[in-house]
Amino acid sequence: MKEILRLLGIVRSYQWWMLLAAILGFATIGSGIGLLVSSGYIISKAALHPAINELQLGIAGVRLFGFARGILRYLERLVSHSTTFRILSRLRIWFYQSIEPLSPARLLEYRSGDLLQRITGDIDSLENLYSRIIAPPLTALMISALTWLLMGMFSPLFSFLIFAFHACAAIGLPLLAGYLNRGTAKKMTATRNELQSMTLDCIQGISDLTLFGRLEEHTGKLYRLKAEELRLQRKQAVIQRAHEPITGLLMNGAVLSFLWLLTPGNTNGPIEGVYIAVIIIAVMASFEAFLPLPDAVQHIEADAAAGKRLFEIVDTRPAVTAPKQPAPFPLNHAISFENVSFAYPGTDAAALSAINIKAEHGKTIAIVGPSGAGKSTITNLLLRFWNPDKGRITIGGFDIGKLDPESLRQHIGVVSQKTYLFGETVRENLLLARPDANDADLKTALERAGLGTFKNKLEQWVGQHGMSLSGGERQRIAIARMLLQDAPIVLLDEATANLDALTEQQVMQSILQFCSDKTLLVITHRLRNMERYDRIIVLSKGSIIEEGTHDDLLGQKGFYASMWSLQQSDTSGLFEHD
Amino acid sequence: MNLDRRLLQLIRQYPWPFGLSVLLGTIGGGLLIAQAFLLSRLIDAIFLKHSGLNGILSLLTMFAAVSILRAVANWSSQEQANKGSLKIKQQLHEQLLNKIADLGPTYTFSTQSGALAAKIIKGVESLDPYFTHFIPQVFLSVLLPLSILAVVFPTDMITGLILLLTAPLIPVFMILIGKAAQNATKKQWETLSRMSGSFLDVLQGMTTLKLFGRSRARVRKISEISEAFRHATMKVLKVAFLSSLALELVGTISTAIIAVEIGLRLLEGSMAFASAFFLLLLTPDFYLPLRQLGTKFHAGMEGVSAANDIFSLLESKSPQETPAPYPRSKPAVSLQHIRFENVRFSYAGDQRFALQNISCDIEPGKLTAVIGPSGSGKTTFINLLLRFIEPQEGSIMYGSTELGMLDRKEWRKLISWIPQHPYLFNATLRENILLADPNTSEETVTETVEISRLDPLVRSLPQGLDTPVGEGGAKISGGEAQRISFARAFIKKAPILILDEPTSHTDPILEKELIETMNTLVAGKTTILIAHRLSTVKNADRILVFDKGNIVQSGTHISLLQADGYYRNALSSFGEGGPA
Repeated sequence: MKEILRLLGIVRSYQWWMLLAAILGFATIGSGIGLLVSSGYIISKAALHPAINELQLGIAGVRLFGFARGILRYLERLVSHSTTFRILSRLRIWFYQSIEPLSPARLLEYRSGDLLQRITGDIDSLENLYSRIIAPPLTALMISALTWLLMGMFSPLFSFLIFAFHACAAIGLPLLAGYLNRGTAKKMTATRNELQSMTLDCIQGISDLTLFGRLEEHTGKLYRLKAEELRLQRKQAVIQRAHEPITGLLMNGAVLSFLWLLTPGNTNGPIEGVYIAVIIIAVMASFEAFLPLPDAVQHIEADAAAGKRLFEIVDTRPAVTAPKQPAPFPLNHAISFENVSFAYPGTDAAALSAINIKAEHGKTIAIVGPSGAGKSTITNLLLRFWNPDKGRITIGGFDIGKLDPESLRQHIGVVSQKTYLFGETVRENLLLARPDANDADLKTALERAGLGTFKNKLEQWVGQHGMSLSGGERQRIAIARMLLQDAPIVLLDEATANLDALTEQQVMQSILQFCSDKTLLVITHRLRNMERYDRIIVLSKGSIIEEGTHDDLLGQKGFYASMWSLQQSDTSGLFEHD
Repeated sequence: MNLDRRLLQLIRQYPWPFGLSVLLGTIGGGLLIAQAFLLSRLIDAIFLKHSGLNGILSLLTMFAAVSILRAVANWSSQEQANKGSLKIKQQLHEQLLNKIADLGPTYTFSTQSGALAAKIIKGVESLDPYFTHFIPQVFLSVLLPLSILAVVFPTDMITGLILLLTAPLIPVFMILIGKAAQNATKKQWETLSRMSGSFLDVLQGMTTLKLFGRSRARVRKISEISEAFRHATMKVLKVAFLSSLALELVGTISTAIIAVEIGLRLLEGSMAFASAFFLLLLTPDFYLPLRQLGTKFHAGMEGVSAANDIFSLLESKSPQETPAPYPRSKPAVSLQHIRFENVRFSYAGDQRFALQNISCDIEPGKLTAVIGPSGSGKTTFINLLLRFIEPQEGSIMYGSTELGMLDRKEWRKLISWIPQHPYLFNATLRENILLADPNTSEETVTETVEISRLDPLVRSLPQGLDTPVGEGGAKISGGEAQRISFARAFIKKAPILILDEPTSHTDPILEKELIETMNTLVAGKTTILIAHRLSTVKNADRILVFDKGNIVQSGTHISLLQADGYYRNALSSFGEGGPA
């Protein structure tokens, strides 16, 4: 419930829209009541054979309410849908703004790759927040109040009686259903999660299961899990399906009680006979507003769970915060890591321990080492996605913690091994790096990145995640972005990993030329043309184990030298064009 | 009206729950009529006859009894439909799993596993509203109005005629506007999913936005897109909702007309109050089932599109039918030659042959290295050996028996397979290692962990071997996963070893360890290995060079270097000239 209230707080700016939609919903059901009540009035009145003009009021009523109900329903649906869209859009923006400061550090800590997919699913499922959760109780409350008023015109006892029956339907029944089904939802979620992970195991591990002769056993387990899920569903359904019939029963109970009270001799006040039918019909019609309530109870549970998952992410403390009064970006672009140690949150092993790196303004430094050595952590810290646990990182002598992170990143051009392209055109993907670039700039950048063929394809849609381009093309678009950005510091993190040897050679040549007056850090595990770097830093298990020029390091016959010779006998560049 | 034939077939398999559901629903309808009748008599008694409590006691009791019966009937009706729906869901789930087991790894690798899992889990579940709500409602929306007509006509001809004439307006409106509404709903779904798709895109690319310092500026774009979608969708909905307006009006205006019409006749004295009130009570309930059909139809729509996905998977053809006359025979115990004789294979939907014409002899107890550029047919070759696929032409012999004659399960007992990226199950490390034999003794486990050099990993995990791994468990590196795969093979002790050689590139220490472990595992087995290291290739007893679906060369490193051909050319361009 806490989550629902918090969600409501987020969409509070649309309270008037929601209220309008709820009032329209109330008016729709109200017209339904009005239609039936006026019809009842006509018939009751007519049974006493009065003059025809005494029926006029009733006839006007049925005419009015008959049309009003249809039109109000139409308006209600339009307004409630429009409100739903607004709420959805508000939730998206709220969520984006909340996690923007957390990205990427805190988001990367959630290991599961499909986290983001689940999040968007959760937000989408909150679509029904208004129509299923807010509207039904609100409408029911208004209808109930209307009925109390109507009944109060006859007797306060009537008002109280209908209130009691309404309360049973609106509060008693959902509470009872919730009590009877307590724990089932939790068990269901657990079963469903297990089903999910075992199904994925079955699909992704099918070759292992087949080869080890364990497939039948595994699918057998899945059948049993599904049977358990269905058993729980059935248990839930037995109770949920009773909700509507019992609401009907309550309605009939109310009708019986009123009949009892209206029976001559039982009434505590004189009720005109004409109104007997009217009262009974009003009582019956008012229950229409209570039918969607059981559904609302179910949705509250689901939405609270979705909300909880979102809040868990949103409430994480950001890994880095921007300084209140950031220093301007320094003109000297020397980078220095001073005694930097870092461990990713939640892990014991240090990703970097007491690292010292000095890259003088305008120099070209390579960082090499086996995977898991801590190379990418250097990128993550320099871009200030995380803060170092110990030591400090400076640019031109300024601690990067004193700079505005957004400005810091604008001054560092990065090409990483994971290039992300948005599902937009080539042009839009390039303009990200420099929004004011003109066509000529874009074309020059493409040419230099070895993508001259794309010069006339600026409007081409790159597909979802850029999937209509090859890995090499995506990587070169990333390089073109870096060139456009024209930042004074450039960081290449396995930037050419997807390119074949020849293209790699050409592209690197072009990048080096472009970066001749920039401070350049190159992170790589492929040891090719290493003699072109001013200095090579060899990382292993988070520590610098060797440092020097290519020739120095080969001469030392240490780790670097054995890495080098190992790669000379690796045929993967020969036979596999991966 | 979306009564998909394949879905109806499923219902026919469970006639009882659905039949009972409709029957009980109709009984509920009958009780509703009885209730209206009793109520009209009760009010008549109180209002016009001024009866006291004694006069109406029996009517009151009957009304109460009918109310309870009606609640029970409606509840059981929904219950039965739910029961039927659960049975269908269970059946479809089982069929889907069997189909996937049948289609095998070559199918699952060619599809996106998340989408496939969603089909099995969410897809099946989304059918629920279709069976639980829509199908029973289809019958009830005919049966209930008919039963009401059956009592209205004898009571009053004119009212009966009004109902009879206006009722068809509802389906007519539904069909007229329904098409437009259906398109609109579909469009609404599409825009919604496109909107959430583009939102997902932004979330996934957030790191990139940050890299360019543009993440804060993106908010405006998100809200622009949302607004644009809202406007577009609302335009469509304005038209689509006209259908509900029309439906609503048919119901309310008819009620109004009937109220006035019977009111006037009451006034004339040509009708009794009890009958008039009875008719009035029945009128809204006459239109209700038809209107409900509309909403339940929308609820069922999602299920229908999920059903299309499910059926297209169930109807796809399994590639591996065993043509063998004796599919149950077991392979010989002693190690045999494996011979490929003119084997051809192409994947479904692909014109090209993945393997053109493969003939080769794999000697028992020897190391055969397979090399070649990607797409040359190496993987297909391995898939044939693993019998994930069967040759379309030619044959594979194991000794003197054709492979196709052997029971697939028995054949696979002979094979250990170490893929490039082994899959880790959502289970403990121990369970992952013991995939081949869950009853392995503790002693053997300890030994295996040592041999595969997993002991550093086991020591680093909080609960050692009993730590959960896989998606939700402890983080396992690629190299560690490969060693787990080695451990699995050590435990299986199969005589034939098929292995996609692990690449490591950069860590000299890890490299040395891996090669040592591999050598222990390979010893004495028939080994077929997709090679990535020159050192491995040099040590192979035989090298098969694949190119464009053919074996273009075979021999030892020395013999291939001496022959003019692909192997020597490739090596010399790589800077490895002379023989080692």
